[in-house]
Amino acid sequence: MDNTRRKFLKLAGLTAVAGVTVPMLGSKALAADHGGGHAAPAEHGGGHQEEAPTGVRQGLVIDTGKFHDNPGLAEKCQKVCHDYHNVPKFPTSKDEIKWIWTDKFPNVFPDHSHYKKDDRMSSMNILALCNHCDNPPCVRACPTKATFKNKDGVVMMDFHRCIGCRFCMAACPYGARSFNWRSPRGSEDGHPFIENYNPKFPTRMRGVVEKCSLCSWRTKQGKDPLCVEEANKEVEGAMVFGDLNDPNSEISKVLRNRFTIQRKPSLGTKPSIFYII
Amino acid sequence: MVDKILKGNGLYWGWLTLLLMIMGAGAVAYLVQFNYGLGATGMSRDVTWGIYISQFTFLVGVAAGGLMLVLPYYLHDYKSFGRITLLGEFMAIAAVAMCLMFIIADLGQPMRAMNVILHPSPNSMLFYDMIVLNGYLFLNVLCGFVVLSSEYRGIKYPNWVKPFIYLSIPWAVSIHTVTAFLYCGLPGRHFWLTAVLAPRFLASAFAAGPALLMVIALIMKRTANFDVGQTAKDKLVTIIGYAAIINFFLLGCEVFVGYYSNIPGHMHTLDYLFFGLVDHSTGVMHNNLVPFMRASVAMGIVGIGMLFLARKQKSDAMLATSCILIFVAFWIDKGLGLVLGGFVPSPMEHVVEYVPTVVELTVTAGVWSTGFFILTLLYKLVVAVKRDSEATLKIS
Repeated sequence: MDNTRRKFLKLAGLTAVAGVTVPMLGSKALAADHGGGHAAPAEHGGGHQEEAPTGVRQGLVIDTGKFHDNPGLAEKCQKVCHDYHNVPKFPTSKDEIKWIWTDKFPNVFPDHSHYKKDDRMSSMNILALCNHCDNPPCVRACPTKATFKNKDGVVMMDFHRCIGCRFCMAACPYGARSFNWRSPRGSEDGHPFIENYNPKFPTRMRGVVEKCSLCSWRTKQGKDPLCVEEANKEVEGAMVFGDLNDPNSEISKVLRNRFTIQRKPSLGTKPSIFYII
Repeated sequence: MVDKILKGNGLYWGWLTLLLMIMGAGAVAYLVQFNYGLGATGMSRDVTWGIYISQFTFLVGVAAGGLMLVLPYYLHDYKSFGRITLLGEFMAIAAVAMCLMFIIADLGQPMRAMNVILHPSPNSMLFYDMIVLNGYLFLNVLCGFVVLSSEYRGIKYPNWVKPFIYLSIPWAVSIHTVTAFLYCGLPGRHFWLTAVLAPRFLASAFAAGPALLMVIALIMKRTANFDVGQTAKDKLVTIIGYAAIINFFLLGCEVFVGYYSNIPGHMHTLDYLFFGLVDHSTGVMHNNLVPFMRASVAMGIVGIGMLFLARKQKSDAMLATSCILIFVAFWIDKGLGLVLGGFVPSPMEHVVEYVPTVVELTVTAGVWSTGFFILTLLYKLVVAVKRDSEATLKIS
């Protein structure tokens, strides 16, 4: 079903490019119809009367309990991500760059925090990463469209367009963005900042912002993001990736059956990352 | 007309030489930063804007403050401001020039700055800020020089420039409003997320801008024998005083909303700025801005009292002191606390403090010196032209 719609959208795009206006008008109505058919309010992460979703929206469910029961799993996810994406390690914390990392519950979920938490929750290390918001404040703030939302809902970075104003970092309510305060390609005292350079992924230059791209280069090929693949290698269902707008996707089934929370839902950003606590 | 900046006494040349030396040091420091990256500054992953952007924010205010000197003269035909209106317009030019330099200094990839124009993004407030700042610079250069050159030639400024003068008045409001919108439209930054941010920016700007002008006017009275006149000074006291009082009123509103509502997010930054904030994950107290912020409030309040007293006693020394107090108070408030405080606590509720580096401070000093260099040359021109035209008037 998803596949046919993708083809259909491509076709609609082509007709638009060709400037064929009449069929386009028709296809618009059709698309709306189609999207409406997909609408399943409950799958969409709560909130008041959300609009009917249209198109693909990739998201992630993180089962924090499975990570808690398997110490070290989150760190493995971080390592596989940072190694592949040539995320540098700097000696000073102020230069730190991270795409996916762990923090305590009150830090990841300050809005859900209260002071009689159970011991399990207090000791949890919870994975944090870019939320790939449906309504991303960083994209709104960017003055050059260097950060933008893909058609599949993933928030992307164009490292070659970014001017390094860091407005997106001020705008992100999740602290998901990092800045190259110095060249990640360099080294200090003989230790390169990128320990094992991976030629398959570009390194960044200094002065640009970077963050998780939900492995869009992999998901385009129908594969799961690296962190998801790594987590599920050891613990099945620790992370679930898929199209939030497709009612038949695995992620939609999980979201229908399990109680999940999002980070700072009150800000209206509509994150695509969900957590089972 | 422009040749007048080449004639000056030893003090004039000495001052310009001093500024040029600081500018040189700033240029060297900027080269260091350019080659190393912004890691040469004290900014970090959690405090991503530092003294550059806070100076930018404050100086947009100084530029907008020029409005208070332009509006009475052009809109209300307030003749006593005849000598200071041009000074206000030229102060705005220097201040906007500094703003643009601070923005460039803050960019990670300054060579790509033109991307803002190549890929215009009307959803970004920075896009509008670029438009209003450059537009304001253009308006002030145009109006300032047309009015000045008319005066130089002994004629009234031409009528075609009037629409531009009138346009520059709301435009001054727009530059500081849009600058406030850079901050107050961001979700998840509670300290900035307040509707009174733009009004408070304007109030502090209308105090700080004219206060700086007053100090410069008093210096020029001594060094250049150029007196703006008692009536103008008395009126400026009213403007500075009331604007400063409104700023403190709005600050009080913020404090009330934060502490009476008792919502943690609204109290955190105020706590951090005035009392210090404990990072709950480490238990460490962070309070490096507390002495500055408390001093800011004290200086502001003492400054306001002294300002009105100085007018009553007709004391230039006290007037200068009070204006310096108010200027410094608002520089701390907006040039330090507002921008830096907004990043504390971080989105992950950690407390990370920012301390500028020597490189950063040197670049900052260099930009300020460049601003004062521009200001000195422009004011030299104004004083020379004014003196000439007023002398001609006396003879005829």
